[in-house]
Amino acid sequence: MNYPIETMALAVGAFAALLGAAFAQDSLFQAHMWVLFFSLLAGTIVMLRRAQFAPVGVTVAAPRHTEYSDDVIRYGVIATVFWGVVGFLVGVVVALQLAFPDLNIEPYLTFGRLRPLHTSAVIFAFGGNALIATSMYIVQRTSRARLFGGNLSWFVFWGYQLFIVLAATGYLLGITESKEYAEPEWYVDIWLTLVWVAYLVVFLGTIMTRKEPHIYVANWFFLAFIVTIAMLHIVNNLAVPVSFLGSKSYSLFSGVQDALTQWWYGHNAVGFFLTAGFLGMMYYFIPKQVNRPVYSYRLSIIHFWALIFMYIWAGPHHLHYTALPDWAQTLGMVFSIMLWMPSWGGMINGLMTLSGAWDKIRTDPIVRMMVMSVAFYGMATFEGPMMSIKSVNSLSHYTDWTIGHVHSGALGWNGLITFGAIYFLVPKLWGREKLYSTRMVSWHFWLATLGIVIYAAVMWVAGIQQGLMWREYDDQGFLVYSFAETVAAMFPYYVLRAVGGGLFLLGALLMAWNVTMTIRGSQREEQPIPGSVPLPQAAE
Amino acid sequence: MADKHIDEISGVETTGHEWDGIRELNNPMPRWWVWTFYATIVWGIGYTIAYPAWPMLSEATRGVLGYSSRATVATELADARAVQNVYLEKIAALPLADIQADKELHQFAVAGGASAFKVNCAQCHGSGAAGGPGFPNLNDDDWLWGGDIESIHATITHGIRYDGDADSRISEMPAYAEILQPNEVREVAAYVVSLTGTPSNADLVAPGRQVFADNCAACHGDDAKGSREFGAPNLADAIWLKGEGETAIARQVAQPKHGQMPGWGERLGDATVKQLAVYVHSLGGGE
Repeated sequence: MNYPIETMALAVGAFAALLGAAFAQDSLFQAHMWVLFFSLLAGTIVMLRRAQFAPVGVTVAAPRHTEYSDDVIRYGVIATVFWGVVGFLVGVVVALQLAFPDLNIEPYLTFGRLRPLHTSAVIFAFGGNALIATSMYIVQRTSRARLFGGNLSWFVFWGYQLFIVLAATGYLLGITESKEYAEPEWYVDIWLTLVWVAYLVVFLGTIMTRKEPHIYVANWFFLAFIVTIAMLHIVNNLAVPVSFLGSKSYSLFSGVQDALTQWWYGHNAVGFFLTAGFLGMMYYFIPKQVNRPVYSYRLSIIHFWALIFMYIWAGPHHLHYTALPDWAQTLGMVFSIMLWMPSWGGMINGLMTLSGAWDKIRTDPIVRMMVMSVAFYGMATFEGPMMSIKSVNSLSHYTDWTIGHVHSGALGWNGLITFGAIYFLVPKLWGREKLYSTRMVSWHFWLATLGIVIYAAVMWVAGIQQGLMWREYDDQGFLVYSFAETVAAMFPYYVLRAVGGGLFLLGALLMAWNVTMTIRGSQREEQPIPGSVPLPQAAE
Repeated sequence: MADKHIDEISGVETTGHEWDGIRELNNPMPRWWVWTFYATIVWGIGYTIAYPAWPMLSEATRGVLGYSSRATVATELADARAVQNVYLEKIAALPLADIQADKELHQFAVAGGASAFKVNCAQCHGSGAAGGPGFPNLNDDDWLWGGDIESIHATITHGIRYDGDADSRISEMPAYAEILQPNEVREVAAYVVSLTGTPSNADLVAPGRQVFADNCAACHGDDAKGSREFGAPNLADAIWLKGEGETAIARQVAQPKHGQMPGWGERLGDATVKQLAVYVHSLGGGE
């Protein structure tokens, strides 16, 4: 029988989940254990249906592993597209809930429960799957080595999907640690830790078995991302469970220490998940797609180490003018300012890699997507240090400006570079000559870009107006607006924001269609993008 | 570095490494990038000298400017307080009628009351004090407990059915489901509706009038115009707090809902409550 240990482990896990449901201390844990049970049961059944038995004395011939292991990456790409569409859809729903509160449906589909579902779906499900899939693709190619650990990469993929399912169902049930971007409860955290360590083993093992003398810059960034996320995740989630069969735990930290730990985590989740990891993607896919060398090796070294060193200290800028001592606020702000150029180093290297191939922006919508992504990266990493300045922050903090900033980074930088990577990967992974439709990529580019511009511009106006209304005093020193009046003033912006998000979602649906048709091997009959058909050239 | 080569398009040498076809140019770092990076570092060092920054053994460096966010807030609050104190002291000392009589002081009290209202009262009574279902409109002249300045002041200070204040305004209409027969409840509801509108069944009005006289008139008055002594609402003015129509009235007779308002005197202090009273009185219905 093939995969005996894996199948047994799934069955035992399913049984353990059943026991967990039977002896649960609270109804939420019980519901969660049923979710786990049915997930693992489905996994067991799938494994059993794939079982092959050999006659006694004959071993089942193991497949020869001479190629890169790309099956898990194909799954990862599909998961990225799927979770992307889900995450963007929930984003549009919560945007509409803010504009039209009647859309809150008690108790499972209220803003309070859907908001973490949205953030986790886009950051961890969409972004996480994109990072895992692309890092596994890139590390094999740039190391000329097959993924280390055999089927361990499958454990990483399915284990991560299980984490996503448990986190998402937990939010809807109302299970939360109440820590932003770290909402899953203790048992889901422990599971993610196991999956993440396996991911580290696969990635590091592949690097250590590489056949290239040097480690490519993309892999530095991926490794920094994996190691730092492990550290952040473990420390921020240190907690004491009320019961080992219950869904509630209490954080090991309290008061301002808890807040500082949370934002050390939260800021570096942005820094190492959404910045370092995606820079790894950028450093591979941009040179590959434009077919040009990376602009400056020296810049990549310096900005890598500067970024890694500076980012980790910048978290306190999330706690300006709070109970956090002044000295910690100062350091958070100063390190954020010093982070500006290390962040821009990646932008320069990305954009300047196009030197000698700028014409491709006109002819190749995938390149256009990647360049726009780096442009949004540059804007967001300038806006971030600016917003960390205390006097700017006193206006922008707690307003929708912050939401706009996050989305110009997330939709613009993370979204567009991931879309570019997906369009690069799908034809290669499924052995297709080219995408189903290049024109649809161009449509996706314009829909997404327009959506982001609307979103970010509207949130700037909304946030600044909100901040000004909150601090508006009349000449006798009295508050001018009630909070409810500032909420009512946001209505048109919230509607426009949902429009921007809707355009972005529409673009992602086009991508899902394009990817599906490419995988099925179809080619859309369409006019080529002007200038994209190569002119006859002299032989080199 | 065996296979260093020159990139044909840029003419720049590569580092000689190659991964999956990707090479790296050996370009220097852009000068402006390096110098801006240095500048932010120099600025950062300067800023940490000026402001509290580096944690030492027992406490952090305080910075040469002596800045403290707490001290800044305290100064700003004290400055704002100093500007307002001229008026606030007068408001605390003077009776309400004198505050209203002094034009400048009255204008200040209305502004201050409006500001306090936005923070403390708008949640129930609405930003424009127009109320809502279960929460009285403060713009009209229909008062449950009295609309003169002293009554409004007493209501805000002690609250309504508020456990935390012994002087709170208390009254409770009994649940008539336990006293009247169901048909009597329907009759009295029809009668109350008939005072300002058309009941569903005119035959119920006459027996309803009798039920009202026997059970309700003690508080709501023979003419159903209410009594401020008991906080009993006027039922003859077509203004409904809990719900409009015969069914809603019957429900309120059978199982009355009672609103609650906290007493604000202790929480906000008398000067603020006085300003609130002046503001509410000025809205249009003040007597």
